[in-house]
Amino acid sequence: MLRVPKDAEHLLRLALLFAAGIALFLIVRAFLLPAGFGELGHFRTGAIAANQQKPLHFAGRAACDECHSEVVTKLAASKHLQIGCESCHGPAAAHVADPDATKPAKIDAVDLCSRCHAANPSRPRTQPQVDVAAHAEGEVCTECHEAHDPTP
Amino acid sequence: MSLDRREFLAQGTFYLMLTGAASEAWSFIESGKPQEAPGYDVQEHWWAMFIDVEKCIGCGRCVDACKLENDVPDEAWFSRTWVERYTIPPPDMKNPKRDLLPIVDSPNGGRNGFPPLEHPVEGAKSFFVPKLCNHCAHSPCVQVCPVGATFESPDGVVLVDKTYCIGCRYCVQACPYGCRFIDPRTNTVDKCSLCYHRITKGLTTACCEVCPTTARLLGDLRNPADPIHELLRTHKVQVLKPNLATGAKAYYNGLDAAVR
Repeated sequence: MLRVPKDAEHLLRLALLFAAGIALFLIVRAFLLPAGFGELGHFRTGAIAANQQKPLHFAGRAACDECHSEVVTKLAASKHLQIGCESCHGPAAAHVADPDATKPAKIDAVDLCSRCHAANPSRPRTQPQVDVAAHAEGEVCTECHEAHDPTP
Repeated sequence: MSLDRREFLAQGTFYLMLTGAASEAWSFIESGKPQEAPGYDVQEHWWAMFIDVEKCIGCGRCVDACKLENDVPDEAWFSRTWVERYTIPPPDMKNPKRDLLPIVDSPNGGRNGFPPLEHPVEGAKSFFVPKLCNHCAHSPCVQVCPVGATFESPDGVVLVDKTYCIGCRYCVQACPYGCRFIDPRTNTVDKCSLCYHRITKGLTTACCEVCPTTARLLGDLRNPADPIHELLRTHKVQVLKPNLATGAKAYYNGLDAAVR
């Protein structure tokens, strides 16, 4: 035990009380704070990992290239080179994981082509646009145009 | 062993303090590593997005892709990203002092593209502006969160900790860009995570993946080889609401003054 001068007893008592208070604070704090809180900032570090763990739906064109390289190569040399495969064909991560189980959905060509090429005064001038009804006369775009290598 | 009162108090306090320190230390051990994606170091990236208004054709593929990738509810008011159409009427010389109020519309968030305006404005200027979380370096939304459930991660992405969000909506009001909403299924806040589950695996965001004109481009400012450096150097870029000094990292090229 510490040897304390007799006239300092009240100070020691106060110090012990103070220490007990701090200890109580630390215990309560440890119970209330989630694990990893405050390591990198005012947040739970584990939340970063939680945000990384969501499932993918879009596989990316590199994944398409593994099996469909002939189409990807053709596209890369065409006017549509900037367009990702899944932009038109939809999310394909499930198809990449198991190619036989799911297939990308069929494309409604007139609707999809119109998204980018229907005449709209808000679009940039450089974007090729047509008045769909007058241009196609009821035909489907892909009957004349090849989407993977389009020509006007 | 017998203790008098003083000894009991002194020893008890000592062990209490030890317990506190030990549990504090244990919480650090328990918390695990800050990242799960192998080969990804949060300290070595600083994400930003370059958005070229002059390239956006308003097809809305980004909005559709974002909803599918991030499992966002279908209603337009639950959107992590959306596209706005601005239509600015020409100056009116009968009333030249009047402010030109732009007409802004975003049917279904732009997800299905943009049909022609119901009431076209003769001689108007019109263009599309893609919007998403600006991933501010000094985010107002992060500053107001009372529980530390939203934060700026060390790689410059503003993320949400869904397990600790209490759904108080302070951040929804604080965001000057309207980028946050309450997910009706969980009653917690949701927002653009810059496809954090994708970019940490070396993929680009879903919106950038499907953009047919590369109007959106994800960039890592801590990577000297990233093309975003060249784009920022060769374009006159602007961020939204620069007067608010939010440190926004969505850099817009060709942004009109009317855009808010």
